[in-house]
Amino acid sequence: MTAEMMTGNLAAAWGARLADVDYVPAFPITPQTEIVETLAKWCGSGSLNARFVTLDSEHSMMTAAGAAAATGARVFTATSSQGLLHAFEVLYTVAGWRVPLVLVNVSRALASPITLEPDHNDVLAARDCGFLQLHAETCQEVVDSILLAYRIAEDARVCLPVMVNLDGFVLSFTREPVTLPDPEVVKQFLPPFRPAHLGFTASAPRSLGTAVFGGATYSYFRHQLHLASLNGLRVYEEAAADFERLFGRRYDPVEQYRMDDAEDVLVMTNAFASKGKAAVDAARAQGRRVGLLRLRMIRPWPAETIQHALQGRRAVAVVDQNLSPGQGGILFQEIAACLYHEALRPRALCSFIGGLGGKNLSEGEFQAIFEQTADAGVRGTGIGPVLLFTESEHREVEQLQFLAHELKTGR
Amino acid sequence: MTWEPQIFKTLHQIPREEHVFPGTPLCAGCGGLESLRLAAKVLGSRVVYVDAAGCMTNLAAFPFTPLDASWLYTTMGSAPAGAQGVRDALDVLIAKGRVPKEEDVQVVVLGGDGSTYDMALSSTSGAITRQLDFYYFCYDNEAYGNTGVQLSPATPYGARTTTSPCAVQHPAGTTQEKKDIFEIWRAHRPPYMATVSPRFPLDLEEKFARAAAYKGPKLFLAFAACPTGWLFDPAQTPDVARLAVECGLWPLKEAVNGVVVHTYWPKLTPVEEYLKLQGRFRHLFEPVVQTEAIAHIQERVHGYWARVKREEGNS
Ligand SMILES: Cc1ncc(C[n+]2csc(CCOP(=O)(O)OP(=O)(O)O)c2C)c(N)n1
Ligand code: SF4
Ligand SMILES: [Mg+2]
Repeated sequence: MTAEMMTGNLAAAWGARLADVDYVPAFPITPQTEIVETLAKWCGSGSLNARFVTLDSEHSMMTAAGAAAATGARVFTATSSQGLLHAFEVLYTVAGWRVPLVLVNVSRALASPITLEPDHNDVLAARDCGFLQLHAETCQEVVDSILLAYRIAEDARVCLPVMVNLDGFVLSFTREPVTLPDPEVVKQFLPPFRPAHLGFTASAPRSLGTAVFGGATYSYFRHQLHLASLNGLRVYEEAAADFERLFGRRYDPVEQYRMDDAEDVLVMTNAFASKGKAAVDAARAQGRRVGLLRLRMIRPWPAETIQHALQGRRAVAVVDQNLSPGQGGILFQEIAACLYHEALRPRALCSFIGGLGGKNLSEGEFQAIFEQTADAGVRGTGIGPVLLFTESEHREVEQLQFLAHELKTGR
Repeated sequence: MTWEPQIFKTLHQIPREEHVFPGTPLCAGCGGLESLRLAAKVLGSRVVYVDAAGCMTNLAAFPFTPLDASWLYTTMGSAPAGAQGVRDALDVLIAKGRVPKEEDVQVVVLGGDGSTYDMALSSTSGAITRQLDFYYFCYDNEAYGNTGVQLSPATPYGARTTTSPCAVQHPAGTTQEKKDIFEIWRAHRPPYMATVSPRFPLDLEEKFARAAAYKGPKLFLAFAACPTGWLFDPAQTPDVARLAVECGLWPLKEAVNGVVVHTYWPKLTPVEEYLKLQGRFRHLFEPVVQTEAIAHIQERVHGYWARVKREEGNS
């Protein structure tokens, strides 16, 4: 198979097509639209034997998706940003139904102010809903992750929906070479969806989503969900090994880039990790021993793998492309928490907030991150959250403010 | 021409078989549950109920269900979208040979008025527009019942709820008029719609039987006399349900492809008789009689039926 140039969105649509899904409930939102447009076309032409339906909202879309999965169909859907938040109630609901389905989120920063460009406040807001989460760096990884996602979601040890994240614009609209997996080999990797525990049929009535009275019953089911999510770690490893055997590409829950002898480590996710890798290369060329840890799997949280990768380092800098106002970086908190009990934990943990609303991460900023992180490592005290903002960006905003003032005062 | 039942002419014709069994956590005398019980006699057990948050959500409480049909609780705002997912999936799976045709089930949305009239309106409108083949069963208890009887868009003028109490500025309690969800649905031109009351079982069963002939969205608005929320003795549910129809406040009607026919011509007894039965209207009579408020309710009823007479030319 040769590589073809395609956008992240088209790769996502291919993921659904290769998974031979039965049902695609949809609702458009920039920058996800190309995915549903493509799938609508394929369902219409018959190249994908699935029913495509446009719902009235993402809240409805997620409900239809979960309900169809509960009926026994393999379901794919996609959204972004405001759409993900609009569906929020239903994310929890369908995870509680324990239905496997795949939802692609094309990350886009949240209003207000309204924008179209990416950051991860949308997808990370959904980290507690029970969906598993895989985050992709490249278009190739998008299509591959969707296949992995179905395999894990449908495993009897998991039975949970999976979210696959790709960055809006940076990945959704960027064309990269993608090698599409051979549909015949995909069949070996992903067996047909024939769930024994789902379905509404005349001879086997079922009740799903029933009420519970009392905390004990509620806790029992929530504990089950948590344990099933944790099973996802093991199931993922098996699936990734099979995937490598069949397709020759290996995806670990975390990717370690030039980590072997790295004393300081950058932690990043998604497409901006490519910028991080370039910065690591540049810093290495200047003699810094740095590496990058890219988190691919956010839920379940691969704590042990992360501990293993970060123990014994001098300093770790988490670059969060998200901001929890009044707190800081979301992933920084999770990294810090899982390193607390490590005897060989890094001497310093640093938190940087960058890339909000698609803001660039410049070489200069990376350089500053490396310098400040190295200093922190030497001192043995972490820093942050540092809000990354360059002087030229500052001037740009000042100009807008100046203009706003002029327009207002008429001067 | 008077509307006549074709199938259900005597009570003996109503199937004895039950599909909603006793022993639910719902209140004694729940008119909504009685409507559902009667509906299920025609709907049968080859059904999946897609439920919206409300009183009926308590029907299926782990590990119990009073139904011999399937159940999927969704959310307050998206049960029709849940119905869409189930119906679509069944269609696809049957077409692909993964579910045998004989295993097919009817999809029935189960929602209260609060869900039906407001929060789920977007997903309902979408489902009707897409011509989804489903039943929508709304049990209308004219309030957010499950949360403790708050004002809903179905609460009628003059009723007291916990969030529309009688106040100096509005002594009648609720000042809004009940939203006309029937007409909102009708504007979408679904093939079949009807209002029903559990006190008129032949009318109710007949309508469910007729609806079965139509593919597409089918609405049932069921009068759900609610002893707990409306403050009357549970034993009086049948009286309240009967008087609501006889005084003209709850018209029994059907609309086939948008053409409305009233299926019962009420006696148009004074509304006071109906109102007086319920604690939610007591303030209209005590400590002083709110003559204007009562007259307002009566006038609207007369206005409605005058229009019906003009349009359907019947009495
Ligand atoms: C999104 C959301 N908001 C609020 C609620 C709380 N809630 C649960 S039941 C209910 C009342 C629903 O009223 P209605 O549809 O008339 O059904 P009833 O309770 O009267 O049976 C409300 C407001 C909820 N479950 N979900
Ligand atoms: S509150 Fe009213 S509608 Fe709800 S269960 Fe009780 S009687 Fe029925
Ligand atoms: Mg209600």
